[in-house]
Amino acid sequence: MGKTITIDPVTRIEGHSKITLKLDDAGHVSDARFHVTQFRGFEKFCEGRPFYEMPALMARICGICPVSHLVASAKACDAILAVKIPETAAMLRQVLNLAQMIQSHALSYFYLSSPDLLLGFDSDPAKRNIFGVLEKNPQDARDGVRLRRFGQQVIETLADKRIHPAWLVPGGVDQALTADKRDLILSWLPECYEIIGRTLERTKRSLEGFREEIRTFANFPSLFMGLTTADDKLEMTDGVLRIVDANGKVVVDNADPSTYRELIGEAVEPDSYLKSPYYKPSGYPGGMVRVGPLARMNVIDGIDTPRANEEWAEFRALERGAVLSSFYYHYARLIEILFGLEKMDQLLHNPGILSKQVRAHARPNNLEGIGVSEAPRGTLIHHYRIDENGLIVWANLIIATGFNNLAINRGVLQAARHYVSSQEIQEGMLNRIEAVVRSFDPCLSCSTHAVGTMPLVVELRDADGRLLDRKAR
Amino acid sequence: MSSRPSAKPAAPAPSSKVKTLTIDDRLVSAREDESILDAARDNGIQIPTLCNLDGLTPVGACRLCMVEVKGSSRLFASCVTMVGEGMEVVTDSERLQKYRKTIVELLFSERNHVCAVCVSNGHCELQNLAQTLGVTHLTVPYRNPKLPVDASHERFVNDHNRCVLCQRCVRVCGEVEGAHTWDINGRGIGARVITDLNQPWGSSETCTGCGKCVQVCPTGALTEKGKSVREMSKRTRFLPYLTMMREDRSE
Repeated sequence: MGKTITIDPVTRIEGHSKITLKLDDAGHVSDARFHVTQFRGFEKFCEGRPFYEMPALMARICGICPVSHLVASAKACDAILAVKIPETAAMLRQVLNLAQMIQSHALSYFYLSSPDLLLGFDSDPAKRNIFGVLEKNPQDARDGVRLRRFGQQVIETLADKRIHPAWLVPGGVDQALTADKRDLILSWLPECYEIIGRTLERTKRSLEGFREEIRTFANFPSLFMGLTTADDKLEMTDGVLRIVDANGKVVVDNADPSTYRELIGEAVEPDSYLKSPYYKPSGYPGGMVRVGPLARMNVIDGIDTPRANEEWAEFRALERGAVLSSFYYHYARLIEILFGLEKMDQLLHNPGILSKQVRAHARPNNLEGIGVSEAPRGTLIHHYRIDENGLIVWANLIIATGFNNLAINRGVLQAARHYVSSQEIQEGMLNRIEAVVRSFDPCLSCSTHAVGTMPLVVELRDADGRLLDRKAR
Repeated sequence: MSSRPSAKPAAPAPSSKVKTLTIDDRLVSAREDESILDAARDNGIQIPTLCNLDGLTPVGACRLCMVEVKGSSRLFASCVTMVGEGMEVVTDSERLQKYRKTIVELLFSERNHVCAVCVSNGHCELQNLAQTLGVTHLTVPYRNPKLPVDASHERFVNDHNRCVLCQRCVRVCGEVEGAHTWDINGRGIGARVITDLNQPWGSSETCTGCGKCVQVCPTGALTEKGKSVREMSKRTRFLPYLTMMREDRSE
């Protein structure tokens, strides 16, 4: 008789989800599904609001990556105003977005995943959290806290508020940067360079010990998508879209992000509130596209900061063509933190960064606007339509985690098939399945309160849905 | 609201008498044509208000300035109650605090006041009142009405979601600008501020576009177009000067 194992909720991720594993009569995994169980409704309830309220309203989608939504939303509003924002405003937005990326990656790597990576997937679940890391590897835990704090402090210094700042506005930013604030941010950089340097070294040394996970954590061919600069370098805030295949061959290059609808379709599954975007020309579900740090490393031809570029070259040497295992998302995240620090350093040393010209003023000149940026988890798209009075009549958001939905589902199945081979539930094997999800760092809503507090409930049900066994931790 | 708001009384008549009364156990004196609210403020005693604004005729609409007067069990709106000889006024008591908190709670529950994403966040009189009075949550359910936003005006927006029906816009437009574009339509829970004969603000023929209504609006209901969240701060200080200058000219 077939059975279903439910992992509900999935822990140490941002948001609420569950996993269902279906076992056949022989006890082998026949199917696995990743369900996102929360419903937000932002696209609908922003209808009727003035478009210029969108950045701050949309930032409320998330408490981890509000800046990503601010950036994409402000860019969509720039398109509605039909303005080119001042160069300084564009640079300041970049700094803010990089700060956000650094704090979010630090959260994912240190707070959420380092318990698995440092303490082991099979370690005591009661201690497999950031506090356990603090006990056993205090330096790593402190490093994580410091890096995350740095990102948050930069956001606060620039925008007055760590979470949900209202500094990004349609047309630019609402306040120029002062020399004092710039110097303060620059003074924090040396310590962060040291932290990321030693974390990268330790992580690279540890990869050998995760060969099985690397082989089985969503390791399969797919397309990869991300923004790049015009010369195909790593880009987080502006740029053009690029898509490469599993061999690293460029499929789409220099695509104007506002043409996303020609490239991206959106499918809806009955068992999840998360949409499943896909590469349109390949159809659904064949057009699986991964986004985020791993994808960005795969789509670019290099990084325009020296140390991150060296790390990128080493990373890409892991495999011929694209790097396929989602386990490497963790590694890619660290390279991006290094890039973020170096890029921020460059931007803050640009004499133009202190210019007072930081906002373009205009009335709406277009009835439609599309804003695309790279969130920590991947490509983020905000698309609005307004009426002639400037009120939103329609909105479409494609969130990075949505792009990864297909790959997460398939990755969960791959890991489940590898690790779950009997009807007996072992905690460590289920943790590995959760860890596949964690490697993508999905942001299903906006909270981190799950660290070490949310219970994992596993239920065993027969084919009729009857509860056979239940274990909670 | 059939009658037009009348202009505020001009400078006191020379014959006005002085009354003595106690406010919060303090012996104070005030002109007989002064309200309890003005007498209290003259003596540094603060009473919370919302609809009241220096330079506009008081209407006693919000009831936040209610005070207790010894000898009467009912409460009096201090903005429209004149001082009296020997009056004993209490401006702050457990009973008054309870009523004031309830009024603010009801205002929040009646429409959609979402401070976090409001253009007036940080500059809002309703938000300030809630903070001052310690309204941390509501004990009554939100009504969550579906209300329109009128963005038809070239420069301003009227968001009914954030209106508290204080009528400051109605009064400033009628009394100071002299256009009387604004009025109140409907009754009770269905009451709405309207422009002209309930037509879109952008098509109003009487609106001069002066923006006084926007500046006196205590919340984010009337705002300048294009202001992002937190950016809409209001200027209300112009009003007493404007009134004073006009009085000078008429003399």
